Amino acid sequence: MIEVRNLNKEFDGVQVLKGIDATFENGKTSLVIGTSGSGKTVFLKCLLGLIQPEKGDIIYDGQIYNEMSNNEKRDLKKDIGMVFQGSALFDSSTVEENVMFPLKMFTNQPYEEKLERVNFVLDRVNLQNANKKFPAELSGGMQKRVAIARAIVMNPKYLFCDEPNSGLDPKTSTVIDNLIQEITKEYNITTIINSHDMNSVMEIGEKIILLKHGVKEWEGTNDEVFKTDNESLVDFVYSSNLFKKVREAQLRQDNSGS
Amino acid sequence: MINYFKYIGKYFIMLKEVFKRPQKGSIFRESIFKEIEDLGINSIGIVAFISFFVGGVVVIQTALNLDNPITPKYLIGYASRESLILEFSPTLISIILAGKVGSYITSSIGTMRVTEQIDALEVMGINSLNYLVLPKIIANVFFYPFVIIISIWLGIFGGWVAGNLTGLVSSADYIMGIRSEFEPFHLVYSMIKTSVFAFVIATIPAYQGFYVKGGAIEVGKASTRAVVWTSIVIIVLNYFLTQMLLGK
Repeated sequence: MIEVRNLNKEFDGVQVLKGIDATFENGKTSLVIGTSGSGKTVFLKCLLGLIQPEKGDIIYDGQIYNEMSNNEKRDLKKDIGMVFQGSALFDSSTVEENVMFPLKMFTNQPYEEKLERVNFVLDRVNLQNANKKFPAELSGGMQKRVAIARAIVMNPKYLFCDEPNSGLDPKTSTVIDNLIQEITKEYNITTIINSHDMNSVMEIGEKIILLKHGVKEWEGTNDEVFKTDNESLVDFVYSSNLFKKVREAQLRQDNSGS
Repeated sequence: MINYFKYIGKYFIMLKEVFKRPQKGSIFRESIFKEIEDLGINSIGIVAFISFFVGGVVVIQTALNLDNPITPKYLIGYASRESLILEFSPTLISIILAGKVGSYITSSIGTMRVTEQIDALEVMGINSLNYLVLPKIIANVFFYPFVIIISIWLGIFGGWVAGNLTGLVSSADYIMGIRSEFEPFHLVYSMIKTSVFAFVIATIPAYQGFYVKGGAIEVGKASTRAVVWTSIVIIVLNYFLTQMLLGK
């Protein structure tokens, strides 16, 4: 479980995160949504320790991140998997080398064992026969799958994804969303996803947090999204014509029912 | 002006992170060999080509300037050897390598930064500065002296070829010149300079690449900055090292 208490971050006098409190539970897929510039990526980078917040605590299973020693932080990071927006694969390494990298760095397993684990996770993300390919030879969706495979190869307790669907077609996005959710359930991982993709919200968002101008505007489940009166969330969700029509249809159905 | 002090301070803070104990010895050794190939072995071709022809030019110019019949011809070989050992090979080749290797280091690290590959390393709990920069420093500092020795040898050989082809100096005179009054410390001085310049060629471009912000254009600008600053620092250090090591 990850708890966030009163998280504040500013850049050059501009407050980017303003007193955010949140809790992310094990085995659940939580989504942080918001428009571009709402502070989602900064929030995620604070959780990962890539950016130091000015104020507030991030608590990993009862341990306050800022109070951990360097060794404790290093150990914690072995339990973290991250899927970056642009996949962040090492472009001069093959798929196999990319996925094997954390194993080479942090374990003393013989090569055969490492290879077995790599093949297992690549199989898990439905990516066979790509071991010797370089990232530039893969499609966006395949790159994301390699990134997920690399993120889970060490059996992490926490999985972070920064807009995992950006640049992908709707069908591939759904495949990636489902894959993340399956892995979350299968390994009881605490998964936090930054997204502005409403399909992801509806498909896998067991818990949703809306950020607006660095403030937590709303928190709830995907079932509650369509029923809320929160103006910021309504604005965000129904900026898409498709969802506008879905909401109108639902309201019509509710009215006729009552 | 205050900004320059900030950059210098940040550079030394970076070095403090770079010189931490590598997290895994086997990966570190692997990286060093890879860097020796990328930064050293892949530079030998251009160094050999330039050294051979510049050696020839040095001999032709020295011969044309020593046209007094009283001046012994062997001095052409002597002067060429000294200029190659003392200045041409360690300094000029280092400036050429600052362009070739420096821009490679900045652009490769800078691209890793803007494509979040460095963040990926950090998230895994890897000291990215140590992992990316220390192997480059070690490869440069220990391998460049060999490159410079090759450069000196090929420069002297190029001079011999040019002397023979133009007839400005006979083979016997040239060989006598390059063997006369050899001062071993000049070679030591040359290798010390090379190692210091090699350190600069690895670290200044790494600094520029590591702290780049933005996208492809910023990486390009950082590469240009890296080459300019590396060249300036080499020239300034060359003066101080010469004063310290050869000055009376």
